[in-house]
Amino acid sequence: MILHELLSFEILRVIWWLLLGVLLIGFALTDGFDLGVGALLPFVARTDLERRQAINTVGPVWEGNQVWFILGGGAIFAAWPPLYAVSFSGFYLAMFTVLAALILRPVGFKYRSKRPSARWRNGWDWALFVGGAVPALIFGVAVGNILVGVPFHLSPELLSIYDGPFYAKFFGLLNPFSLLAGLVSLLMLLQHGAAWLALKADGMVETRARQMGPLFGSLAAAGYAAAGLWLAFGIEGFAFAEAPVTDGPSNPLLSEIVRTESWLLAYAARPWIAIAPLLGFGGILMAARTLNGHSDVAPLLWSKLGIFGVISSVGLTMFPFILPSSVDANSSLTVWDSSSSHLTLFVMLVSSVIFVPLILAYTSWVYWVLWGKVTQEEIADNSESVY
Amino acid sequence: MELDLVELSRLQFAMTAMYHFLFVPLTLGLSIVVAIMESVYVMTNRPIWRQMTKFWGTLFGINFVLGVATGITMEFQFGMNWSYYSHYVGDIFGAPLAIEGLMAFFMEATFVGLFFFGWDKLSEVQHVTVTWLVAIGSNFSALWILIANGWMQHPVGAEFNPVSMRMEMTSFFDVVFNETAQAKFVHTVSAGYVTAAVFVLGVSAWYMLNDRHVALARRSIAVACSFGLASALSVVVLGDESGYAATHSQKMKLAAIEGMWHTEPAPASFTAVGFPDMKARETHYALHIPWMMGLIGTRSLTQEIPGIAELVENAEARIKSGLIAYDALEQIRAARGEMTPELKEQFEAHSADLGFAFLLKRYVDDPREATEHQIALASNDTVPTVWPLFWAFRLMVGLGFAFIALMAYFFYRANWKGMTFPRPALRLAVWIIPAPWIAAELGWFVAEFGRQPWTVDGVLPTAMSVSHLSIADLLITLVGFVAFYSVLFVIEMGLMVKYIRKGPYLDVPETEQWTARHEHRLRTHDGKVPGVHTPAE
Repeated sequence: MILHELLSFEILRVIWWLLLGVLLIGFALTDGFDLGVGALLPFVARTDLERRQAINTVGPVWEGNQVWFILGGGAIFAAWPPLYAVSFSGFYLAMFTVLAALILRPVGFKYRSKRPSARWRNGWDWALFVGGAVPALIFGVAVGNILVGVPFHLSPELLSIYDGPFYAKFFGLLNPFSLLAGLVSLLMLLQHGAAWLALKADGMVETRARQMGPLFGSLAAAGYAAAGLWLAFGIEGFAFAEAPVTDGPSNPLLSEIVRTESWLLAYAARPWIAIAPLLGFGGILMAARTLNGHSDVAPLLWSKLGIFGVISSVGLTMFPFILPSSVDANSSLTVWDSSSSHLTLFVMLVSSVIFVPLILAYTSWVYWVLWGKVTQEEIADNSESVY
Repeated sequence: MELDLVELSRLQFAMTAMYHFLFVPLTLGLSIVVAIMESVYVMTNRPIWRQMTKFWGTLFGINFVLGVATGITMEFQFGMNWSYYSHYVGDIFGAPLAIEGLMAFFMEATFVGLFFFGWDKLSEVQHVTVTWLVAIGSNFSALWILIANGWMQHPVGAEFNPVSMRMEMTSFFDVVFNETAQAKFVHTVSAGYVTAAVFVLGVSAWYMLNDRHVALARRSIAVACSFGLASALSVVVLGDESGYAATHSQKMKLAAIEGMWHTEPAPASFTAVGFPDMKARETHYALHIPWMMGLIGTRSLTQEIPGIAELVENAEARIKSGLIAYDALEQIRAARGEMTPELKEQFEAHSADLGFAFLLKRYVDDPREATEHQIALASNDTVPTVWPLFWAFRLMVGLGFAFIALMAYFFYRANWKGMTFPRPALRLAVWIIPAPWIAAELGWFVAEFGRQPWTVDGVLPTAMSVSHLSIADLLITLVGFVAFYSVLFVIEMGLMVKYIRKGPYLDVPETEQWTARHEHRLRTHDGKVPGVHTPAE
């Protein structure tokens, strides 16, 4: 096939780096509020009816939202196979924990209200709490570890070897900076969940969400600022020793990588990327502010903007690195040496150009059909058919 | 037994995949059954069809959610446990998985919420459209997953890149229209339809036996047996198509399934039953059906099907050829990807056999130093253990024919005997409910165990595909998955039984028109008309 040479390998790699960002941000913006609602559930809703109200605000949409996560995994596999191979085997036990938590969630949503017993329902409520809070925390911890560098090296055959004892695949991830990143992620999604509940719930659930949300939002912004300072003064960055080949075959071992003083040197080289952290701060703080008022939609939109800014800031700061190695810098995965082949990237781009607009269109239609608040009366009336 | 990383990884994958496939077949079939029922409702506007849609939809939901939940594990465990595999073939294998998400799973998961929550928010036509989109989405999911799996069975449209040390795609068209994948897709979704048909038939039969919800049960049986008969025929025919495809793509798997130790003069006979003996390389007490194998496998009377002994000899030749490719590859890598024309030629002439050289890694670090004895051992490794394949295959095929008989019988009673069903037949329909799941799991077992010792046939050995993990890692997750999945299974079965016992939310009685039309047939020998009135809940 010659068609794929219409777009150069280099450009396709950048496009797929952007699309990876789109998928991760898509996941955080949509399933993020499902995770947040799950983590808030035991606190924001006290009675059974209140809890059902909170659950049913996400009831019809969490399943579609979760596909952003599944698709993220699939797209990493298809477009960045080395990243898929290194990260999920390196974070093995942490991934297992995330999977277990994410498996609890669908089951919790679907089965919770299928039996009347209070013990049954309370048990599932806490399962939903775990299914929301644990992934939100661990995803942030993973991002923190990526910034610090992950202790892996590649064998000459490109087998990924994680250095350290087996429990390091869980406890080794819990270094102070990464825990801070995990906390920022959790707090940010807690506010996102609160903003969703402010839009979709009424009564006490809405009131409590509006009270709790701003607290989480302010703490998230403070944590994000602290992480920025930490990155500036306490964490070394990575760079290519010489200008990299950007359109060669994907083999990370072919290039030489050196450590730099800080990741934040990127802001000197590309000052325009400062817009991302500014959007992050602005969005999170405005969401906290508007949650205090009476606006329905504004907090959610601001929160989305904030999350977009925070995630983009990580990607833009690290570019072109996607998974640096703390023990063998040359093994680090970058945009220029960890992608799929030219043809595969092209085929996947064509598929995305066809299907992503369709997905956005029918997802919007579904949200439009479901527009409006979920009330407790509605739950009581349709007790048999809703969650 | 000594704990071995490769064996534990295989065990975990087999367990999580087979567990996932407890829920998938019912999702594939029941989504279509529900969509058919709702279409009848929209076209005829009879409330009973709406009730049927909602009732089977509830059971669909209980099952669906575990399919989704356990599918999350599937999407990520290639990277977690099979990281070298992911690196080595991700360029090809990842694409269908990602397209599955883009094209199918997104649609299925987005609309399934509206299926349950949209009854009052959508018009009838909109709602039935949503239901069909869920059904189409789940079936497209199966298509892309089977394209990925089909590529592992019969890797086409790809070649090895010595610089990036992996397989890379050369033709997306070949990957998608891989004949193995297409046959497997229709075979697999048909198996899902049969599963749903048997499930609907069995549950409805249970209602008939207990004289509950008879109006619902009768119509459900009518849908199930028509749908089931067509699917059961399709599953067997397309299974045969898979076998035919295997004759040229996976000769060793076919020979192992048939217990064909040596090439026979064409047309080969089919061993109906027997006891395969791996050491003696013969099948004891074998009952042969002459010509049958040649006809199934080659659809001719003149073509030969190679036996296991000949295929092992062939493997030995390919290992030796693979060693030449391996040697060239080592030189290319030592030069950091720079290759002289001679080296390139040497590599390209033998690169198709590179995977066979990797089989020696089990015995020696550098395959080029392997002894003749080690090469002979590695060639023997290309034979999967025969007896489990031999028996699993026969049991699956037997069940397949049993489903055709069952569905044909109910189809006959429904269409020509006025929907009267003898009690023993109804009891059989209840007892046979687990059978399609057994057949489906056996089918996957034959497909995947039969491909051993490869993850990608002839390209990458299973032993090389695993992640660099410790035994402790595997033990933690294996115990974790077994415990967690067992609890979920008990909970799911509990809810399934509860909602089947409970029956539909509102009972709709049989219409008078229908009763009048069928009365003469329904009257039993004691003069009562059974099942016309439904007992109060």
